[in-house]
Amino acid sequence: MTGATEREVGRARLRKEDARLVTGQTTWTDNIQVTGLLHLAILRSPMAHARVDRVDVSPALERPGVVAAFSGRDLAEGLGSLPCAWPVTEDIVLPDHPPLAVDEVRYAGDPVAVVVARDRYAAADALEAIEVDYTPLPPVLDLEASLAEDAPLVHADKGTNRCYVWPLATGEDYASVKERADVVLKRRYLQQRLIPNAMEPRAVVVTPLPASGEYTVYSATQIPHILRIMLAMVTGVPEHKLRVIAPDVGGGFGSKLQVYGEEAIALTVARRLGRPVKWTESRSEGYLATHHGRGMIQDVEIAATREGKLLGLKVDLLADMGAYLMLVTPGVPILGAFMYPGIYKMDAYDFTCTGVFTTRTPTDAYRGAGRPEATYAIERIMDELAVELDLDPVELRRRNWIRHEEFPYPSVAGLTYDSGNYEAATDKALALFGYDDLRAEQQKRNERGDTVRLGIGVSTYTEMCGLAPSRVLGDLRYGAGGWEAASIRMLPTGKVEVVTGTSPHGQGHVTSWSQIAADVLGVSFDDVEVVHGDTKAAPQGMDTYGSRSLVVGGAAVHQAAVKVVAKARKVAAHLLEASEDDLEFAGGVFSVKGSPEARTTIQEIALATFSSHDLPDGMEPTINAEHVMDPENFSYPHGTHLCAVEVDTETGRTTIRSYVCVDDVGRVVNPLIVEGQVHGGIAQGIAQALYEEAVYDDEGNLVSGTMADYLVPSAVDLPDFVTDRTETPATSNPLGAKGVGEAGTIAATPAVVNAIVDALRPLGVTEVAMPCTPGRVWQALKEASA
Amino acid sequence: MIPPAFEYARPTSVDEAVRTLAEAGDEAKVLAGGQSLLPLLRLRLAFPELVVDVGRIPGLSGVREDGDTLVIGALTTHHDVIRDPLVGRYTGLLAAATRTVADPAVRHRGTLGGSLAHADPAGDLPAVALALDAELVAVGPQGRRTIAAREFFVDYLQTALRPDELLVEVRVPKRYGWGFHYEKFNRVAQAWAVVGVAALVRRDNGHIAEARIGLTNMGATPLRAAASEAALAGAPAAADAVARAAASAAEGTRPSSDPSGTPEYRAHLARVLTRRAVLAAAGGE
Repeated sequence: MTGATEREVGRARLRKEDARLVTGQTTWTDNIQVTGLLHLAILRSPMAHARVDRVDVSPALERPGVVAAFSGRDLAEGLGSLPCAWPVTEDIVLPDHPPLAVDEVRYAGDPVAVVVARDRYAAADALEAIEVDYTPLPPVLDLEASLAEDAPLVHADKGTNRCYVWPLATGEDYASVKERADVVLKRRYLQQRLIPNAMEPRAVVVTPLPASGEYTVYSATQIPHILRIMLAMVTGVPEHKLRVIAPDVGGGFGSKLQVYGEEAIALTVARRLGRPVKWTESRSEGYLATHHGRGMIQDVEIAATREGKLLGLKVDLLADMGAYLMLVTPGVPILGAFMYPGIYKMDAYDFTCTGVFTTRTPTDAYRGAGRPEATYAIERIMDELAVELDLDPVELRRRNWIRHEEFPYPSVAGLTYDSGNYEAATDKALALFGYDDLRAEQQKRNERGDTVRLGIGVSTYTEMCGLAPSRVLGDLRYGAGGWEAASIRMLPTGKVEVVTGTSPHGQGHVTSWSQIAADVLGVSFDDVEVVHGDTKAAPQGMDTYGSRSLVVGGAAVHQAAVKVVAKARKVAAHLLEASEDDLEFAGGVFSVKGSPEARTTIQEIALATFSSHDLPDGMEPTINAEHVMDPENFSYPHGTHLCAVEVDTETGRTTIRSYVCVDDVGRVVNPLIVEGQVHGGIAQGIAQALYEEAVYDDEGNLVSGTMADYLVPSAVDLPDFVTDRTETPATSNPLGAKGVGEAGTIAATPAVVNAIVDALRPLGVTEVAMPCTPGRVWQALKEASA
Repeated sequence: MIPPAFEYARPTSVDEAVRTLAEAGDEAKVLAGGQSLLPLLRLRLAFPELVVDVGRIPGLSGVREDGDTLVIGALTTHHDVIRDPLVGRYTGLLAAATRTVADPAVRHRGTLGGSLAHADPAGDLPAVALALDAELVAVGPQGRRTIAAREFFVDYLQTALRPDELLVEVRVPKRYGWGFHYEKFNRVAQAWAVVGVAALVRRDNGHIAEARIGLTNMGATPLRAAASEAALAGAPAAADAVARAAASAAEGTRPSSDPSGTPEYRAHLARVLTRRAVLAAAGGE
């Protein structure tokens, strides 16, 4: 047997999982076929807000192929409220959230009844037979108006639409800092609602084993472990009788970091009927009922000296919760709370977030979750401040950012940024971008009065990610821990199984974890298999979200592998009749220092341990190991993104001319995967800036209800990205990795909008609301010239 | 995305198709390439009792010459229209506009006839057919009749086709020495036009002898920019004269409002894009 010689970590390995994912020859939840499978279809509210006076499912039972049908009342017994695992304050308003509405519907798309039929066609047809009487209630849509005394209520029994108020005041007193400021700017920014749009829609299959009361739930989820616990609590099926499997999952972007009513309904129906059931949403159904992201009004005030030194920042948020609190709905803005100061030093920070109920689809985590919003606000207002002070926007940032030698640095918001090098990333980005040349061209074109204007946008960012320290998460009243588990099984034939608690849905964990394990164990990349996403096979885990998988889960794999080597070393020393201290370990081979012929491989030790005929006295016959990782700190990726846009002032169209980013995500395990994450992240960030918005009409109907109206850009709509990196290792995990899943999304949006405003500022435009559609840009120009 | 139940017929000749449609009364829809009808069915926006799949009727696709006319079979796919040498030689505007339709997958399935019979004013080809003065040939129980494009588009998603008629071919006058341009303004590559302008220009001695301008998505049907056309007749083929003429491009239009644009913005776009399209067409040959 041979071991690996070249280091795996840092290699641009093609992804092991791609052959099956790209060809589709794998198990997606909707592909699962089981004998006797029944299909669910769900009737949804056509109104944003109404009292449900009567639901009669009996006509549906007459339809061909229909096996059963249930109203909310029919299922109410044994089906509890859907969970919110992040009640951010003690006095938070936590409304009841039945998976099937019983008395009232609170958003267009709220589930009202369910049909169970022998095929999905029969189920869809029978929905039309269900009779529902609604009494319309007033929709609640405007975040500010809904807080008024006499506003109509989303949850009448709660007496208010105010879900919570979460304050944070750190550093010096903001009011007194403001008094000594030369310049105070106040701006309002709007974070439009976004629809996450994972490639694979949600799907769930439940197979019951009535004799033993066991249930297997297959779900297109990011969180099989959390889902198992929550489904047990919501449905009453005992946790140890539930097995949750996330087969290959086609993307999530946070939308599958959720415990959905449909999952609970499917389990309950399978239990009632003793039959396997499947539910798969359509794209337009998903637009209504898969959670949305963003949806905030941001009032931001910044105080600075005439020389451009930041003194303080005040942020008042109104955050749209939607109709109900889902898994981490209230916590999303709080994840951003700590990031509004960005990479800058200042004396005072004052933050308040007010969560507001509306009669719209619930919001929850969407790629970046709170941090893109924060970065947008600070980076937009930094550009405004630069204009106010007549400073170059890069220079203003340079005067205020934390210098490399100042790390570790306690941020004004109370975090400890462990490492960073903003100077290096920015200098590299400016050089790649050709910043000075572009500024010169811009000036020339402005002087000429070109109808197509050039704009340059700067975005420097950091984020807290790698959601980890369980203690800190506890302080924030988050329901779960932040640890991650890994175990490594050394198989007798020399192959290796890595069992991870992370749950990949496109991230390439199988490849990256193989690289990490192969390096530490000295085995070949191809000899490693990664087991994930099944609570029976990988029983311990906290799943995948918040750019946490590599920095917590990958680090756990690393530490478990280190333990395997330590155990193997004992066996090797015994077999080679040498002292452990005299052994060298390289490329999977233990050898005795000074006598290289005395050697054994880690694979031989795995076999020797399997037979266990000759182990050291008292040693347990295994070299398998597990590790649960709970880092002491978050990780803090950072970087500098630069965007040049051409804005056609006649049509309002923005065309991105060049886009450069230099990200620092710490040590890189697989550069190809990092590159992919950066590209996808930037694409989604640009999409928020230019294209996407969940639009509602005055009645609370989703207007952008299909992909014809909700515009997701494709590769042809995006420019070539010039990407590069600096590498400042994280200190909070043994890999030195920081996470890269959300970086692009966080950085890109303000880079684009800053560029658009920069292009139009000579024409009097200071703000364009997102998405900056051609129509809105044209409108802004018209208003500026009026 | 489960369509409602429907009966399905697959006639093998035009006569059989027409008979089938006639028997179904108002309750049938014709299926050609399926790129418009299938989404309507899946979204349950259309509930036909019968879907008549004409996709395998022989002789309905391909391009041929008939004297001064180009005859394009109704089932000719967008992809084949784009690649056809006769289309390229005699009616380049059609090829240019068809290249902007949706994406390659749609262009491989969708058909010219289907696109015109669907009559979506946001579709690219109705306005082009109007600018080209195309004629549409329908076959019904009483035989064939020819409908001028300007009489074909009746209202939003409504044409002059009777329920028992099948569109079989599109006849386009050959044009020699006309410049053309299709200026499509959309927000992402696959999206429908916010506004589109199809321009055909015949030049004579530095002047615009004649211009034909079709407008996409400026009302319930495709429209001609008649006022601009009139202003362009005899005007110099120069930027300022074209701009003056284009200023009236939105006259008589009634564009809709949606998240991609207000009626006011669409009217503005029509003027800007008409100027650009006409200038491009005038400089083209």
